[in-house]
Amino acid sequence: MNSQELITLKNKATELRIRAVDMIWKAQSGHPGGALSVADFVTACYFKFMAVDPSDPKWPGRDRFVLSKGHACPAQYAALAMKGFFSLEQLDTLRKEGSILQGHPDMKKCPGIDISTGSLGQGLAGAVGMAIAAKLDGKSYYVYSAVGDGECQEGEIWEAAQTAHKYKLDNLIVFVDNNRLQLDGTTDEVMPNIHLGKKFEAFGFDCYEIDGNDMEQVVAAIELARVVKNGRPKCIFGNTVKGKGVSFMEDQCGWHGTAPNDAQYKQAMDELNALMIKEEA
Amino acid sequence: MEKKKIATRDGFGEAILELGRENKDILVVDIDIGKSCKTGAFRKELPEQYLNVGIAEQNGAGIAAGLATCGKIPFVVTYAAFGSMRICEMIRQEICYPHLNVKIACSHGGLTPANDGASHQCIEDLGILRTLPNMTVVMPADYVSAKALVKAAAAYDGPVYLRFTRDAVPQVYEEGEAFEIGRAKLLQEGHDVSIIANGDTVCIALEAAEKLAAKGIRARVLDMHTVKPLDKEAVEACIRETGRIVTVEDHNILNGLGSAVADLVAEHGGARLRKIGVQDQFGQSAPYERLLALNGITADNIVLQAETLLK
Repeated sequence: MNSQELITLKNKATELRIRAVDMIWKAQSGHPGGALSVADFVTACYFKFMAVDPSDPKWPGRDRFVLSKGHACPAQYAALAMKGFFSLEQLDTLRKEGSILQGHPDMKKCPGIDISTGSLGQGLAGAVGMAIAAKLDGKSYYVYSAVGDGECQEGEIWEAAQTAHKYKLDNLIVFVDNNRLQLDGTTDEVMPNIHLGKKFEAFGFDCYEIDGNDMEQVVAAIELARVVKNGRPKCIFGNTVKGKGVSFMEDQCGWHGTAPNDAQYKQAMDELNALMIKEEA
Repeated sequence: MEKKKIATRDGFGEAILELGRENKDILVVDIDIGKSCKTGAFRKELPEQYLNVGIAEQNGAGIAAGLATCGKIPFVVTYAAFGSMRICEMIRQEICYPHLNVKIACSHGGLTPANDGASHQCIEDLGILRTLPNMTVVMPADYVSAKALVKAAAAYDGPVYLRFTRDAVPQVYEEGEAFEIGRAKLLQEGHDVSIIANGDTVCIALEAAEKLAAKGIRARVLDMHTVKPLDKEAVEACIRETGRIVTVEDHNILNGLGSAVADLVAEHGGARLRKIGVQDQFGQSAPYERLLALNGITADNIVLQAETLLK
């Protein structure tokens, strides 16, 4: 990846953050914290790696994306709109009656959503099912899944993880969004995720620990996860900052599920716009 | 002539194998009770279409959802107690809400895992599952109908809960009988009283109808194999033409077949109803017939209730 491509991706991530905060502000409802922490992984997947066709969202050969931490969907909705699955104007309908953009992702309403999520702990099993289907059909697509660290307190995550090992799913790339915060407080307070990355290793994953908000590291980890075809599922353990990119949201669990007011919105927009890097023509 | 007795779970095992042979997208997702749920032959003959996800029901439902998004037709196979309650929210959120083509195929419904005791008996499932939007709920009465209804479920594009039982039951139907999801089978015509049953209790209903006939009472007997969508036409005909209905089921009297029928009777008016089923109490380890008797799920009680309605 050359430096120009990296700058382009970083700017895409910033644009995605801007759109995510914007739609949450307009809806006056939603989850900015987790959307901002996972934004770099979502951006790298959609704008660097995933083979998808916005004009044919159900194309059977496409790569899949499973947002197991479904409440972070403003990040994925922004990516889908920016890719052209639906119009950018539709982002303004988030959480409104009749919208394709439900409070949590709905595969039947929203083009580009590969499976409905929202109830934590469930998405990874769905992703495992998709990866098994690829193996059964001899297809080469990848399944990307973003899982919250708090979500890993759910037992079903580990049921799915052991299945990924059993069926040798080296077409499954799981990003753990390790922002260390959950609704009621820090993960350490609520339920310590002791040795979380090591747990994925113990369940048979190759695990790469990175700074999950450093685009260069995110891209390098996904590249590695894709090329290492050794029969083992891949875990990218991303240390991230909840609320990344908006100073007053960063590392604050109060911003898990709160919409910014007008003044906060303006400050957030100013800060995020300032992150845009000038690209050479 | 004594009719052949085979369990409905054996009908499932036969049907799923035949379906799998014809369509490679038919998959079995076992949860470590495949032997008991009769997927053994499928596993042996079609290993490429067979998954066993271990003792992890939630995972089984989620994986099935993921498989269904890729065009597969997975049958999640377990016992009714686990397939309805352990994974209820996964079925709701991941399967019913997106209307995915996943079948939950459960053996050991009702009190039939009798010796296993209350932990393995399942008297709540039909009520729970019929409450979920987009779900179809089916309980066959014998081996022949089990086979046919499994095939009907596979042909239907959407979530289906199939409830089988452990014990061998008398054959009610001849091979080749046709079944349609949502369409009750009229087993015996009569205009004095209607007996609406499903599953293992269909035979008990037929036995009761014989006893009533000996007393000069002509009972209509319906096999309501589909609890949802309920065959409203058939129930309304019972209301209109017999005015008296006894429902019979191996399920809690709350929220099962009897309640579904009661909803229609209440809306429609013009009929009196008696519900026979498990008396809102847990079972225990005991012979199946004893557990049924302890809850009044007997031919004699059907006769008694019918006679009460006729007074």
